[in-house]
Amino acid sequence: MSRPVRFLVCLVVAGVFVLPLVAMVVIAFTPRDALLDGEASLWTGRWTLDNFRGLFDQFPVARWFGNALLVASLTTLLSVTVNLLGGYALAKLRFRGRGLVVLVVLATLVVPTQVIMIPQFELVARLGLVGFFWAVILPSASTALGLFLARQFFVGFPDELVEAARVDGCTTFQAFRRVVLPNARPLMAVMTLLAFMTQWNDFLWPLITLRDPDLYTLPVALRLLQTAYDNDYGGIMAMALLSSLPLLVMFVVLQRYFVAGITRSGIR
Amino acid sequence: MTAPVVEPPPPLVGTTGSRGQARVAWAMLAPNLLLLGVFLLGPLVWAFLMAFQEKRSFGGGTWSGLDNFARLLGDDVFWRALLNTAVFTAVTVPVGVLLGLGLALLMDKALPGRGVFRTIVYLPIVISSLVTSLIGLLLFDETVGIVNGVLADLGLGAVSWQSDGTLAMASVVVMTLWSRVGFSMVVYIAALQDVDPQVVEAARVDGATPWQTTRRVVVPLLRPTTFFLVLINLIWSFQVFDVVYVMTNGGPGYSTTMLVTYAYDEGFGPARNFGYGATVGVVLFVITVLLTVLQVRRNTRSEV
Repeated sequence: MSRPVRFLVCLVVAGVFVLPLVAMVVIAFTPRDALLDGEASLWTGRWTLDNFRGLFDQFPVARWFGNALLVASLTTLLSVTVNLLGGYALAKLRFRGRGLVVLVVLATLVVPTQVIMIPQFELVARLGLVGFFWAVILPSASTALGLFLARQFFVGFPDELVEAARVDGCTTFQAFRRVVLPNARPLMAVMTLLAFMTQWNDFLWPLITLRDPDLYTLPVALRLLQTAYDNDYGGIMAMALLSSLPLLVMFVVLQRYFVAGITRSGIR
Repeated sequence: MTAPVVEPPPPLVGTTGSRGQARVAWAMLAPNLLLLGVFLLGPLVWAFLMAFQEKRSFGGGTWSGLDNFARLLGDDVFWRALLNTAVFTAVTVPVGVLLGLGLALLMDKALPGRGVFRTIVYLPIVISSLVTSLIGLLLFDETVGIVNGVLADLGLGAVSWQSDGTLAMASVVVMTLWSRVGFSMVVYIAALQDVDPQVVEAARVDGATPWQTTRRVVVPLLRPTTFFLVLINLIWSFQVFDVVYVMTNGGPGYSTTMLVTYAYDEGFGPARNFGYGATVGVVLFVITVLLTVLQVRRNTRSEV
C-alpha cells in the first residue's frame, strides 16, 4: 500500500474507533430534551452542564469518587506487594513443589470470576466482611494474573546480578530487596497500572458486597444510575465520563508505561 | 608480634543451601498463596461441590448427586447459551486478532500522525467494560440511539438493534471488538519490532512482493504472538459477561444469553438456584481448561 492510501485508511479507522468516545463526551454535555426529541444526533449545537449539575445535586459523587480511589489504591498496593514477592520466589528460587504451584496458578488464570461469586460471597459473609471495603479488597487482590506477570518478568532477570549480591554477603531476601527490586521498576509500573485499572473499573463484586450507598464506588453507582435513569443518556454519560476520566488522564500521561508494560512484562 | 591469624572466609550467607532457600521461597509465597487459596481456590472447590447439591440459600444445601447435571442435559436454555457462546467466540476471536494484526502492520511503518492513530485505537483499553456497554446502549438504542439517528439523517429506516436477536448479538460483538482490538494491535506492534529487518530485506532481494513478504515471512515470524493472542482472546470470549449483562441481559429472549450470564442469572437472579448456577459454571470452567490445553498442545506440536 502506498503511503497516502495507508494514511487514508488510518484516518477512517481512527474515525470509527474514536466515535464511541466522542458520543460519550457530546451526549454528556447535551441537554436532556434535545435527546428525547427523538432527534438523536451527535451535533445538536446546544451545550449544557446540567447533566453534571444534576448528578452532583442528587448524589454524593465526591464521596463515591473518594471510595473508588481508596479501594483501588489499597487493592493495588496489596496485590503488587504479594505478587512481587511470590513472582520472584516462583522464578528464581529453587524449592520442592514449585512446578505444582506454577501449574495451579496457571489453572486459576482461567477461572471466570462470576462462576465463583456465590461461594466467594458466602465466604466473605461468613468472615463478617460484607459492608466493609475489605470485602472488595481481599478477593480482588488475589488474582493469578499479577503473580504470573511478575514471574515472567523475573525469569528473564539476569542471574549474574543476583549471584553478585550473594557473593557480597546478601541473604536471599536482601538480594531481592536491594538488587532485584530497584531493577524491576518497569514491571512495578505495569503491575500498578493494571491492578489499579482493573479494580477501578470493577462494578459487579463491589455492588454485591458493599451494600451501603455511602460505601459505593463510582462504577457501582454508575451501574445503579443506569437502572434508575433508564434512557436519560445525558446523566448516564456524564457519570460514565466522570468515572473514566481518571484512567484516561493516567493513560495519556503514562502511555509509555502502558505500552512498555505490554511489551516488556512478558505477556507476549 | 603475634603471628597473623588466618581467618576462614565468612560463610556466604545467601547460599545457605537449598533447604534455606526453600524456606525463604515459601515465606515469600505465603501471603500470595494465602490470598489465592482462601479467596480463589477455596471458592472454586466449593463451586465444584455445590454442583452436586440442591442449594437455594446461603448456609444450607443437600447432596443431590448428579441431579443438576441431568437437568443440564435437558435444559434448552443451557444449550442455547452454549451455542451463543460458541458463535460469539468463533466471530470475535479470529476477527479481533486479524484486525489487530492488520492495524499493527498498517501503523508499523512511518506515517504522519501515527502516534495519534495508535493512541486512538488502544484508548478503549482503559475504558471499563461497564462504560463500554453503556456507550453501546447509547449507540444502539432503538428509539434515541445515535446509530439509528444517523441512519435517519441519511434517510434510512430505523434498525431494530435491540428487538432482533441477530442484530443484538451483532451490537455486542461490535462493542467487544472495539474494546479489545487495541490490545492485540499493541502486542503485535511490539512483536513486529523484534522481526529482523535483514530477513525482510532478504525476501525483497529474492523478488518477493510486499504482500508476499508480509504473508510468507513476517506473519510466520509472529507465530508465538498470534498463539498468545488467540489463547487470551479465546478465554475472554468464552467467558464474556459484562458487555452482555449490561447491553442486552441475554435478550431478546435468549438470543444473546451466554454461559456466564446464564450461570450468573441462575445463581443471583430470581431463580436463586445456587447449585444449578454452580453446575453451569463448572461446565464452563472445564470447557475453558480443555480449550486452553488443546490450543497449547496444538502450538507445541506444530513447533516441533
